[in-house]
Amino acid sequence: MTDRHRRRPPSAKRQGLPLRYPPRGRFGPFGGQYVPETLMPALEQLERGFLQAWADRTFRDEFDRLARQYGGRPSPLYPAARLTQHAGGAQILLKREDLVHGGAHKFNNVLGQGLLAKRLGKQRIIAETGAGQHGTATAMIGALLGLPVEVYMGAVDVERQSHNVYRMQLMGAKVIPVTTGTQTLKDAINEALRDWVASVETTHYLLGSVVGPHPYPVMVRTFASSIGIELREQVLALQGALPDLVIACVGAGSNALGTFSAFIDDSRVGLLGVEAGGTGRSAGRNSATLSLGSPGVLHGARTYLLQDHEGQIQPTHSIAAGLDYPGVGPEHAYLKEQGRAQYRSVDDAAALRAFHLLARLEGILPALESAHALAAALEEAARRPADDVIVVTLSGRGDKDLITVAARSGVSL
Amino acid sequence: MGGDPTPKRSAAYVRALASGGASVIELGVPFSDPIADGPTIQAAGLRSRAGGTTLQSLLRSAKQIHRQIDPPLVLMLYVNLIEQRGVQPFFDAVAAVGIAGVIVPDLPLEESGPFSEAAQAAGIDLPLLAAPSSGPRRLAAIARSSSGFVYLVSRYGTTGARKGLSPQTRELIGQAREHAASARLPLAPGFGIATPADVRAVWAAGAQAAVVGSALVRTVASGAPPTALRTQVERLMGRRR
Repeated sequence: MTDRHRRRPPSAKRQGLPLRYPPRGRFGPFGGQYVPETLMPALEQLERGFLQAWADRTFRDEFDRLARQYGGRPSPLYPAARLTQHAGGAQILLKREDLVHGGAHKFNNVLGQGLLAKRLGKQRIIAETGAGQHGTATAMIGALLGLPVEVYMGAVDVERQSHNVYRMQLMGAKVIPVTTGTQTLKDAINEALRDWVASVETTHYLLGSVVGPHPYPVMVRTFASSIGIELREQVLALQGALPDLVIACVGAGSNALGTFSAFIDDSRVGLLGVEAGGTGRSAGRNSATLSLGSPGVLHGARTYLLQDHEGQIQPTHSIAAGLDYPGVGPEHAYLKEQGRAQYRSVDDAAALRAFHLLARLEGILPALESAHALAAALEEAARRPADDVIVVTLSGRGDKDLITVAARSGVSL
Repeated sequence: MGGDPTPKRSAAYVRALASGGASVIELGVPFSDPIADGPTIQAAGLRSRAGGTTLQSLLRSAKQIHRQIDPPLVLMLYVNLIEQRGVQPFFDAVAAVGIAGVIVPDLPLEESGPFSEAAQAAGIDLPLLAAPSSGPRRLAAIARSSSGFVYLVSRYGTTGARKGLSPQTRELIGQAREHAASARLPLAPGFGIATPADVRAVWAAGAQAAVVGSALVRTVASGAPPTALRTQVERLMGRRR
């Protein structure tokens, strides 16, 4: 390789990025760009476009304006008094991403990438979706910006999330059922990548999390970092000090990185990512990639994966569809290896208990994904003193999960 | 696809490709998430995995097949299967069973360094893939970093047979040929090349080889006997009308 092909890492400070920019898309040994050659020039263009846009005052103003006027940002930081009392230890605060437009943190990423696609002159947006949250958010932004959206969704998920399919269609998106592989999220990503290889000249692939080839992990984390930037200011204003522990759920990991990124340099703030423990530790029963997986390459990046000894990707399970993915963002893999963040898993049953508890004690229905983070927060609060402060990112609202929760409680709707 | 539909039938098909006159035979290794492949190769991978084929079993059968045929064998597989084996151990194992080269569809120039070094140390060719989007600067660098041949992805999209060759493909072959020539490597266009007419057109445009995949896999999928595959290769090679 010649020097001309070696990417020069841009200065993070000059670009106004919240964290160090990964040189050549590498977070230590993780990340990279393991994609077909056809996509490489598009990834270069995307990286250049993203860095120029993020350094451009006009782009940032538009991003901030729409986040405020259309998205309802900043989302509140709420001291959950009754939940705190119940846990009987440290104080628990909730960062209310469930109150953002669309009902989840997904808004931040789709707004950033949507505006970027428009700026790059792309005429079409494609996306993948698991349960339909990212697809819905993408449909929303497509309508807002007047760009046609096509969403790849596993046929199994289309079946079990028919109301979300309809939501996307109401906002003008076309939903394409994916019948290959396990017919779930990872196969929807495969199919979106295949579409992009054919359509890359005119199409932006609006990837839904901090995964995929560089620059997606750093770009999505940057757009998601509104969560942590607001949170840091809010908690300082409210408590006069930084929190002792910050907790977020980790599927592929965008809400967690969006939260953690503002606290990485505050070495006294603990960072805890919570994965889906599902129904057990054996293959196919969980999605606890960082807790139970091993490093490998999937969807364009080296990261932790749930795989067999030859490298075939394993099926996954979680009660929360948004956590049901066999990989994880490469920056999480790096934070884990550096020891800067800790990761643990919470099983389906504990997440469900936390869901019911928050509903009864605070009148908030959390997304089942967020309920995993809550369950870990309850455990941590119980064994910490009352003057400790724990912040949990409530990444989304639970209305989408009513059918799942009702079925598990023996209630038919 | 190696092991499609069963290891035994697959070996018979490979021998048929050799006797039909194929100059190089590419054996796909099935992977759970083949992002560069269209429906035909995806389905072949599923059949192969359902038949119990793994990288390890494929290497074992390649060792036998390699002794029975003249044309060199080349493996096609995704990065993660190499990583899990370990990059150098993988290329050493490949060399030990007599395989001549390895094609990795999700390994672009920027990530190829450690793989190229390990392949070279083991005496294995590692052609890199060039694409319609590459442009002259990347085409030149890809040709310089390739060994064995330069694999030209001749159009946007995944693997799979399509109707006819576009004028853009011909133009692309013309450009890529020069870069391959200055690296002293043959140019082998693939993706969407299915018929004897496609092969003739690719050669007329200046390529020294042509990669036909899905069109042959479809014959295997149809359940046709190995002799049908041999006849198909003879037609592709212009030895039979």
